Amino acid sequence: MVSAILEGLVKALELIASGDPTLVDITLRSLAISGLATILASCWSIPLGVFIGLGKFRGRSLFKGLFNVLLGLPTVTLGLVLYLVFSRSGPLGFLQLLYTPSVIVIGQAILITPVIVSFVANTLEAVDPEIRSLALTLGASEVRASLTVLNESLNGVLLAVTASFNRAIAELGVALMLGGNIRGATRVLTTTIALETNRGQIALGIAMAVVLLSIVGLVNILVSQARRWI
Amino acid sequence: MRNRNLTIISLATIVIVALGGFYLIQSMGPNEPHNLVVSTTTSLYDTGVLDQIEEAFEAKNQIDLYFISVGTGLAITHAQRGDADMILVHAPSRELAFMEDGYGVNRKIIAFNYFAIVGPGDDPAGIREKSPLEALEILVGKARGGDAIWVSRGDDSGTHTKEKGLWAQAGFEVSALREEDWYREAGSGMGKTLQIAEEYEAYTLTDMGTYLKYSEEGLVTLEVLVGAGEELINIYSAIAVNPDSNPDADFDAAITFIEYLVSDEGQTILREYGVDIYGRSLFNPVVELLKTGSDPTTAEWIEAAGFFDGTECPQEYRKGEYGLYN
Repeated sequence: MVSAILEGLVKALELIASGDPTLVDITLRSLAISGLATILASCWSIPLGVFIGLGKFRGRSLFKGLFNVLLGLPTVTLGLVLYLVFSRSGPLGFLQLLYTPSVIVIGQAILITPVIVSFVANTLEAVDPEIRSLALTLGASEVRASLTVLNESLNGVLLAVTASFNRAIAELGVALMLGGNIRGATRVLTTTIALETNRGQIALGIAMAVVLLSIVGLVNILVSQARRWI
Repeated sequence: MRNRNLTIISLATIVIVALGGFYLIQSMGPNEPHNLVVSTTTSLYDTGVLDQIEEAFEAKNQIDLYFISVGTGLAITHAQRGDADMILVHAPSRELAFMEDGYGVNRKIIAFNYFAIVGPGDDPAGIREKSPLEALEILVGKARGGDAIWVSRGDDSGTHTKEKGLWAQAGFEVSALREEDWYREAGSGMGKTLQIAEEYEAYTLTDMGTYLKYSEEGLVTLEVLVGAGEELINIYSAIAVNPDSNPDADFDAAITFIEYLVSDEGQTILREYGVDIYGRSLFNPVVELLKTGSDPTTAEWIEAAGFFDGTECPQEYRKGEYGLYN
């Protein structure tokens, strides 16, 4: 077992060093798909998280609980449900999006929505409520006051977004069910790992995993650098 | 200060998004309208033979092959839901049902090989070189005495379908066997099932391609104990999705690919694939064999297991004039 892992590490270094075109292609696709999904999801999830975190309305804790539950949604289940939706005989089949990179973006964006919403809501709740009242006393509007609080908790929000990117790029179920793992079109890092493992190419599977982890690591370093900079 | 930094980050993000979006569109390829989605059994795809066929085929045709590697069961479901233009499968009984239900037409047998019963080298059940059905019978006896374990795919794949058929032929009911503790269901693909059988020192039914690959890579030490015989024949077919059931299916492209698979070139790739690595073919071409009668015994086996009413595709399931059955 250890030798297989070592072999995988060596193979990973070889592939990376040689700039293997297939590896580059798959890696860029993974980055593009999961990056877009993260940004897309942020567009609706951060406002939703702010709404839940700062809002005062009936059923707020129920709402929050719902998103916490959705955090545990198995990716295969989501993939299956979305497959039925986007399948040609499904309700959105006419869009002909199945087996395209775009539909993986949509699927992953939905998958990570609860991650961002929960993280953001929890971070905002932790901010000193005085800041918000102070802003309001100083004549800020509701939105302006929320932005002030959001600004105070920027670290937490960044963490939410990074964590959701990590979840997106490392998930398999959605990419496999919606994308179909088509060579040169929808093959991403995780589906390659699954395929190569099925094919008995253990070293190659591990090499891909090393690449995946390196990306996640790199992104996290960049984000923490950016955080310091802010 | 904070706001300015935020603006810079936002701008950078937008640039990254734009680049990423651009890459996505690019990577979808220039031949988008000519995609041919082929849902295929894993035992064909995972060997890598289809990658080679894809390259050779795409060099000659303006068709972009999109292989979706799933079990035979899911491949058929894909096609029924309109998510594939054709299927490559290996479960004749289900293929007939697929055509009877109006979903598939123009079936062609493209290749065959043999399933194998593999097990630990010391063969505690003593089934080596027995006939397949006899082997299963001995195995059940030994297993009930605690000397053997059987691992089933249990995933409704083509291989699983075959396994259930074999048990029935040997006079056992799978629904009853499932209740016995020596009969374990993996619910996984072939590779995973082999590894589970390896861990349990158990017996299992495998397709040859996956077994050779895993054996070659040193992932399993299980040995082929029963590897030939009429009952173990494994027949791969291509079926086009019936355009009447799904008008969006790319029927012409599907026929073009089926024609390629049974052409001399397609059959040669199938025969030669893997010989350099395993010293033997993973798949045997079938077209010559059925046409010339060079091997009447095997031809008879193929006809018995893979033909319906004496033909690979009954008249009512043929569509258009393509010369596929001349």
